Amino acid sequence: MQEFYHVLPQILVDGLTLGFVYAVVALGYTMVYGVLELINFAHSEVFMVGAFAGTEVLLFLQAMGYLQGLPAPVALLVALIIAMVLSGLLGVAIERIAYRPVRMAPRLVPFISAIGVSFFLQDAVRLVEGLWKNAFYLTAPTLFTSNIALSANLKLPVKSLIVILAAVVMMIGLHLFVTRSKWGKAMRAVAQDKPTSALMAINVDRVIALTFFIGAGLGGAAGTLFAAQYSLVHPYVGFILGIKAFTAAVLGGIGNIPGAMLGGVLLGLLESFGAAFLGVATNGAMGAEYKDVFAFVILIAVLIFKPSGLLGEAVREKI
Amino acid sequence: MRKISLPAQLQDSRAQLVMASAFILFANLFFLLNPQSAIAFLLFMGSVLVLYKMPVPVHVKIFVAAVVLGVMMPLIGLENVYYLDVVTQVGIYVALAIGLNIVVGFAGLLDLGYVAFYASGAYLYAIFATSQASNFISWAHFPLSGMWFWPFLFLGLIVAAIFGVLLGFPVLRLRGDYLAIVTLGFGEIIRIVLNNLDKPVNITNGPKGLTPIQPPELFGLVLNQPIHYYYLVLIIIIVTLIVARRLDNSRIGRAWAAIREDELAARSMGIPLVRMKLLAFASGASFAGVMGVIFSAKQTFIDPSSFSFMESIGILAMVILGGMGSVAGAVIGAVAVVVLQLQVLKEFSDFLGQLSLKGIVTIPSQLDPAKYERLIFGAILVAMCVFRPKGLLPAKRQLALLKERVQKLKAKGETRGEDIDVA
Repeated sequence: MQEFYHVLPQILVDGLTLGFVYAVVALGYTMVYGVLELINFAHSEVFMVGAFAGTEVLLFLQAMGYLQGLPAPVALLVALIIAMVLSGLLGVAIERIAYRPVRMAPRLVPFISAIGVSFFLQDAVRLVEGLWKNAFYLTAPTLFTSNIALSANLKLPVKSLIVILAAVVMMIGLHLFVTRSKWGKAMRAVAQDKPTSALMAINVDRVIALTFFIGAGLGGAAGTLFAAQYSLVHPYVGFILGIKAFTAAVLGGIGNIPGAMLGGVLLGLLESFGAAFLGVATNGAMGAEYKDVFAFVILIAVLIFKPSGLLGEAVREKI
Repeated sequence: MRKISLPAQLQDSRAQLVMASAFILFANLFFLLNPQSAIAFLLFMGSVLVLYKMPVPVHVKIFVAAVVLGVMMPLIGLENVYYLDVVTQVGIYVALAIGLNIVVGFAGLLDLGYVAFYASGAYLYAIFATSQASNFISWAHFPLSGMWFWPFLFLGLIVAAIFGVLLGFPVLRLRGDYLAIVTLGFGEIIRIVLNNLDKPVNITNGPKGLTPIQPPELFGLVLNQPIHYYYLVLIIIIVTLIVARRLDNSRIGRAWAAIREDELAARSMGIPLVRMKLLAFASGASFAGVMGVIFSAKQTFIDPSSFSFMESIGILAMVILGGMGSVAGAVIGAVAVVVLQLQVLKEFSDFLGQLSLKGIVTIPSQLDPAKYERLIFGAILVAMCVFRPKGLLPAKRQLALLKERVQKLKAKGETRGEDIDVA
């Protein structure tokens, strides 16, 4: 038990970093669910594409020799912006090809279509990377190596700090956009009632496309941050992370933007504490290999006991 | 899409009949004479579909199918065991697709963790049919003898059904897509647990898997040849087909259809939602449990990687491709997907390999079509959702009702002497 307290601060830092990545990905799930009531299963792959795009940009900068000259935050910013735009466009394309034609179909049809897109993208990226680089595992160049020593046994890596900072900035930006701008207002209107907002001269299709662009862009940014933090990127990296981010969205209350942030951070903390605690509690017989189980158990428990999540309001099924 | 056969088209249908019979005969003979040819194999599998579509009475179809599958295929198997194995594999997936079709198609509950039930059956038999069980049970001798295979078929059924009820009970109040995510989570939990349950007590032997699993035994005859499993799977498929058909046409099946079409209306008509949904979950799961037992006996080796989420999606793709709620569709979907996976892709990648070996074109090793099954499953799912959400062979229930109404309207129109245009 003594060691457990010893590593506690480190677990806190790890959990927070992971939690903010979850939170940014969860925003994409929550936004799309808000306007379409669709679980965008392909969002995890948008995240993965963003991770690849960001890594490729960083690798390109490195190969060109720019990476040494540029300050690391600027390089990361360039990678972030390119990855956001690319994955945002990908999100719009997915909506146009796979979701819009089935928008009026029974609920399960768009969802199955989303699963299809997700699987398609995993291998499509693998194919492209395989042909291009003859390998589909990429290692992102390290941008930040220094640590900030907070106390004797607590080191705060700068890269974790950057991830958290970038995530917070994006969340605040999104919140301002949704609550203050005209497009944000249109988005909220579409989420509430599509036919009525169409009557109010809101172009519903365009608002949905914009929602996908922003949601997917955030997913792509999260991918780049993930690559900068954990280095290794492969085509199947999105799947489990996507489900956890979805869990975070459900935990906070799906369709609710502050809820997604809260859920993400909470899930990240729960997961890293849970895994560490399980190891101590069972004397090392069980441990981190069960950390994915935590997320699933939390998901199932939330859906059963409080399907509206922590911040969401209970919605009654419309008859 | 489907023509209602009218007297004027009788000639047509007779021509169709002759063509179809000729095709089936040709495909069978061709395959018998060229048991190594992949094209012959594809034609042979295609002939099953042609047979299904043929305008002949049901008992004729059953007779022809019995001859083709019961006699011809084993004869070909004598020449080329590989294809017998492929067909057995197809058969296992056919049974799984029929089982998933009960949950997804009949009752409209999207189950993304279906493979967990399959795994429970497979591990149940594997643990007791290897020496693995002696790690935690000391009062009996393991592995159990092959005769135990038969009781384990029923045990697998029951255990999987219990799992189905255990999972279903808490989650069935959830709406469709949430239910899907929860079943996905359940499937992953089962896989992770199987992967890690080699400590503190070694139950599943973790990622190393379990081997050698005892082959089944029937009155002293050890069933360890491909032909044995072929017939075993064939018998199981016949049973599954009958059960699925009977379920579909029963009171329960109609209740499922009602729940699928409109849950609220079904409830107000007095259908016990929870009980019916649980029944769907349990019966779908039990099919998978039985197939799991057979799978582990046939493979003699299992490990958690055979029960990944990918498998669940593959089976789902079969059901969607064939048409949700259609038993024949599930069969065709399973045949199409497995043949695509094991045959077409493999042949294609061999072909590409040959080309680069001869130096005609250089194909990077990354571009091996056999590795891209996700791409294909994904494309199938999206394409079916967008272009043909009812599947290749749509379920008959809606169609049958529609036809009946058309007939009635026609009869009415004739007595009144006017034309009713039913498009």
